[in-house]
Amino acid sequence: MFMQQMINGFSLGSMYALIAIGYTMVYGVLRLINFAHGDIMMVGGFLGFFGVAVLELPFLAAVLLAIVGSALLGMASDRIAYRPLRSAPKISLLITAIGVSFFLENAFNVFFGGVPRAFPVPSVLEDILEFGGLTIPVSALIVPILTAMLLAIILWVLFKTKYGMAIRALAFDVDTVNLMGIDANRIITIVFGMGSALAAVGGIFWVVNYPSVDPMMGVLVGLKAFAAAVVGGIGSVGGAVLGGLIIGFTEVVVIAFLPELGGYKDAFAFIFLILILLFKPTGILGIDFEKSRF
Amino acid sequence: MTVKKDQWINLSFVFGVIGFIGIANSFFDEYTIRILNNIAIFTILAVSYNLINGVTGQFSLEPNGFVAIGAYVTALLLVSPEAKQYQYAIVDPYPFVLSLHANFVVALVLSGFFATCLALVLSFPVFRVRGDYLAIVTLGFGFIIKIFAINYPEVTNGSLGLNDIPEFSNLYWTGGIAIIAVITVLNIVNSKFGRAMKAVRDDEDAAIAMGVNTFKAKTFAFCTSAFFEGVGGGLLAALLTSISPDLFDFFFTFQLLIIIVLGGLGSTTGAIVGTILVMGGSEWMRFLDEPMKFFGYTTPAMPGLRMVVFSLILIFIMLFAREGIMGKKELKDLFKGRKRSAK
Repeated sequence: MFMQQMINGFSLGSMYALIAIGYTMVYGVLRLINFAHGDIMMVGGFLGFFGVAVLELPFLAAVLLAIVGSALLGMASDRIAYRPLRSAPKISLLITAIGVSFFLENAFNVFFGGVPRAFPVPSVLEDILEFGGLTIPVSALIVPILTAMLLAIILWVLFKTKYGMAIRALAFDVDTVNLMGIDANRIITIVFGMGSALAAVGGIFWVVNYPSVDPMMGVLVGLKAFAAAVVGGIGSVGGAVLGGLIIGFTEVVVIAFLPELGGYKDAFAFIFLILILLFKPTGILGIDFEKSRF
Repeated sequence: MTVKKDQWINLSFVFGVIGFIGIANSFFDEYTIRILNNIAIFTILAVSYNLINGVTGQFSLEPNGFVAIGAYVTALLLVSPEAKQYQYAIVDPYPFVLSLHANFVVALVLSGFFATCLALVLSFPVFRVRGDYLAIVTLGFGFIIKIFAINYPEVTNGSLGLNDIPEFSNLYWTGGIAIIAVITVLNIVNSKFGRAMKAVRDDEDAAIAMGVNTFKAKTFAFCTSAFFEGVGGGLLAALLTSISPDLFDFFFTFQLLIIIVLGGLGSTTGAIVGTILVMGGSEWMRFLDEPMKFFGYTTPAMPGLRMVVFSLILIFIMLFAREGIMGKKELKDLFKGRKRSAK
């Protein structure tokens, strides 16, 4: 029973982690809470749904469609809505982000309907493995493994490539980066692309595990993922993963052992958020942006 | 000399509004009165929301949470014990819930008081650190209030909400409290505290260097807006006569955000102008949600299209007309000569 819940928590936490990485990277380079990030995850889930159910693509092709589509959407949102406001007061940027978020939710609601639709999960992922009394759905096993692989790729890009070096430099000082002959805007767009692609993978995992899509599903998940990013330490990719796992575990464990609190499960992430802001605002692995960066 | 002139402009505006309220009931039909009531309540909310977002420059998404608290407190105090007896269909309410009863003024004041207390509790984790945590914490707060309203039927009657709230709100109450709210907020903005809030907005480091207690300025702004949002929620409950958790979702906050952005962040006059435009425009735009005819084709009804248009308007204002209609100007600035405003 205990091991079973551990695996479920690990799987849920990995999904939060994937989405939290996007928040943390965008916050790192722009100091912007990208409210639309959760909705980009929703778009990823929807594109996967269209790929499988409407276009009748094989599952992996649908996943690819979702990743590419979401990455393009993330980059477009930066190009259209955020880039013209680089020198504007921060509050304008935040208001625009809320506008983009509300636009995506309602546009999908109007044109595709607000009713949750069942997601046709490929049968391979619905298989259930048995190990000495444990029953593990394949999807619960694949999610953490894929998350670990994607995390490795992201860390490699950030710390071993020139683009990664530019991204880390942007978190220090945008003006100096520009003076060094690096096109800061292009790097920021790449960050949006990477974050959105990860969010799309998270969205696909989400619709496979809770097999339905609806236009509002990104709101709460996005909020929790942001809380995860702050708990782990905003600006740090490792922190985002840690925060995601902590919040995922808490949700699963509390519901498993105290089922009467089930109705309040969506509130846990915020209790964590408030506590971390009170006692260690930089987060567990965090960087104090006011004192030093990275 | 100019001070006197400013006062005359504001005073004549206030008397104009009082006169309008006085004659409105006999001139307009019920539908128009309802819209006017909405405008008055949203003026209270917009002017106070503008205090934290526009004047203090702290991006916050709290109104739906505090309005919900105000509405529930007022509803619990106004619904008579007999009416409560048969409303609680999910579970039996706590005995103290049944015995709660108060008159309208006490209910409104308590609504504001509870909202202020919660704002005070929230401001400690949020304003102690730099950054935009207020936005995300208040956004989450709105969700949590809704979760509690649904999962705590012993008090709130769960998703069924509370009904049969006596309809105390009328144009005298809503308009009168709107005038009080506007005057209070204007006095705060023009006081020592208001200047501290603007300093925090324009440059927090410089404000700290000048000895401004930024934590106090932010907390004061946040708690003041929470108070009026609580009161506004109470008025709304007594206007609608029935409330449920779904009423206070994020769209509520989003409307107020458009109002203050359209009017001009930081301008109280702008918040009032924005309220009138958005509340009126939102009635007018109802046609968007219904089937439309284009060159003989009929498009199907698209409920929610209004919200898409609203979000596009918000993005466009931010990208192309960030100052909104009024910028940071107030009513009195409009009557000043070119020379003075250029100074």
